[in-house]
Amino acid sequence: MDLRICHLYPDLMCVYGDRGNVLTLERRARWRAIAAEVREHRAGERLDPEWADVYVFGGGQDQGQDVVSRDLAGPNGDALRTSLAGGAAMLSVCGGYQLLGREYLPAGAPPIPGLGVLDVTTRAGKKRFVGDLVAEAPQGTLVGFENHSGRTYLGPGARALARVRLGHGNNGEDGSEGAVQGRIVGTYCHGSVLPKNPWLADMLLAWALERRHGPVALRPLDDSEELAAQRSAAEVARAR
Amino acid sequence: MTLRLAAAVAAGKIARAGLHALGRGATALPGIVTLAVDPAAIARIGERLAHGVLLVSGTNGKTTTSRMLADVARAAGWVPIHNRSGSNLDRGIAATLVAEAGWGGAPRGDVGIFEVDEASLPRVLARVEPRAVLVTNLFRDQLDRYFEVDQLARRVAAALARLPEAATIVLNADDPLVARLGEGHRGRVLFFGVDDAAVGGHVAQHISDATHCPRCSSRLAYARVVLAHVGEWSCPACGLARPARDVAATRVELGRDGSRLTVAQDGSAGVVEVPLPGLYNAYNALAAIALARAAEIPFATAARAIAAFRPAFGRLEMVEAEGRRLRLILVKNPAGANAAIGALLERGGRHRILAALNDRDADGRDVSWIWDADLEALAPAVEHAVITGIRARDLALRLKYAGLERDRTAVVEGWDAALGTAIAGTPPGGELVVIATYTAMLALRATLARKGYVRPFWED
Repeated sequence: MDLRICHLYPDLMCVYGDRGNVLTLERRARWRAIAAEVREHRAGERLDPEWADVYVFGGGQDQGQDVVSRDLAGPNGDALRTSLAGGAAMLSVCGGYQLLGREYLPAGAPPIPGLGVLDVTTRAGKKRFVGDLVAEAPQGTLVGFENHSGRTYLGPGARALARVRLGHGNNGEDGSEGAVQGRIVGTYCHGSVLPKNPWLADMLLAWALERRHGPVALRPLDDSEELAAQRSAAEVARAR
Repeated sequence: MTLRLAAAVAAGKIARAGLHALGRGATALPGIVTLAVDPAAIARIGERLAHGVLLVSGTNGKTTTSRMLADVARAAGWVPIHNRSGSNLDRGIAATLVAEAGWGGAPRGDVGIFEVDEASLPRVLARVEPRAVLVTNLFRDQLDRYFEVDQLARRVAAALARLPEAATIVLNADDPLVARLGEGHRGRVLFFGVDDAAVGGHVAQHISDATHCPRCSSRLAYARVVLAHVGEWSCPACGLARPARDVAATRVELGRDGSRLTVAQDGSAGVVEVPLPGLYNAYNALAAIALARAAEIPFATAARAIAAFRPAFGRLEMVEAEGRRLRLILVKNPAGANAAIGALLERGGRHRILAALNDRDADGRDVSWIWDADLEALAPAVEHAVITGIRARDLALRLKYAGLERDRTAVVEGWDAALGTAIAGTPPGGELVVIATYTAMLALRATLARKGYVRPFWED
């Protein structure tokens, strides 16, 4: 059994430590004796819709995000949509999360279309949401660090990834954090998000492996360090 | 001498005396008080310095470079006023001037050498007319404070463009984000850089602040990558490239505890011995030499001073404790961490480490950055790591994913206990490498000071 990870725009959309997510998927596969290969897709290269089992798409700076959305407006966007419709999984964080939605509404400017694979819309906000984020999902606690001025609202096609206990989450209004739709996950959690939230890493891993290998029961790993880090981060956040 | 300035200086001095009486290092509050009474205090005191004000800014290397420059100024017979203890916001500079001024505001030195936090540079430039300003590099630092490096670069460029023609701007040509900062300036711009084709980094560079052309957004091409986005860069699309270097290191020889640079300028070449290891310290020395040239201090004087340099608080400082040598390395962001890791790898062998991660404001509240530091390169060179600090568990997790086996790590809570464990685990006569973020380094140093191994840092 093997795993294929595609890291999207690692040179542009990796400003906030999201490389740790690629590392986590890779290691957690290898620890289970599953070979893992990571390929990078950069703007201007041809994206192969058949290759990846899972994509990791992080957050970036404004100039970088323009280059990315131009790349996704062309055939690479179609290829990515096809790939996701064909069963590939996706973790998108912050800027990547926003770009997968229906559209982004900047203040006083025309809407920017997104890839449209997540039923969410993001509006530019004035205040920046920066700080520790603690949320509860049906599968476990979600702990991370958010840093965004965009406010994301879920449409009927997407459900929340988790409910906010501390912090702002998607928009600071409705208590939702992140989004899940099919095998696509979006979140505002940096941290990186997967190392401290092993349930999310394994959920994505199982989806990814299912694409070419059928349903997979992952052998449980010793997550004592992961959970110790998660608990400690949540405690520090609550104490502040 | 105005009454207002006198009142501002008096208020600052009283605040400082009060804090010292309480046993606290008074590096920022007196400055806040002084600037509140007279916002022009920095300019007014600065104007009276015979050799002017020299500013050192950038993300990494400010403290080491400005300390080197202060030593260079002393070697030239000048008396520098220098914000030594690293408080590099405008209030810290004001506090330094207050401490070094008489009650009427007359300065006790003849040149101001100030390290300036890069996000504060615009504000400081509005308050003082420097003789020269140096920008060492711009990296992503403290994600929760400086959200976008591009925006910061634009703000700094705009502030530099407002400088009078008489000021000199000194820039790192090898950093594409820095190389263009002087474009709006009518006066002199001096560039420095490393021209040795053999110089490149030991660690993988997974950091991407600016791999795109700041002019046309196409991907930059690198003949050599030294660190993150610093190196021999050019844009294949619009032709933007490294400006010609006025001060160039044509040869860089890296040794165990230092390096030797061959520096070419104006057709002649000279050698400088740098007593701090690592490529990043070679850059710091080169920057100091370039800024010394902008201040018209002869190269021979600068080289002499740098060869005798001793490092600052937490910047590769060596401390003796219980028969072991402790090497203190301050890290603040992935570029700095990778530079420190590179320096350790250059020395070979395996190292005993005490690693401390905090997430207070001064450390950066978002610890995501540790996932961008190339700890995979460090892991095989670690004999044992004691891990501590507020976010010790995050760091332990990071090291697990970097491939460091569990039996080579130990999480120990509490500064005393962590130091004790790490020192005890180091053979007598051996070296312990202490890698820490800002407030963690302060805490560790305070513990070492209490045991008598170092002086409290504000007494340096």
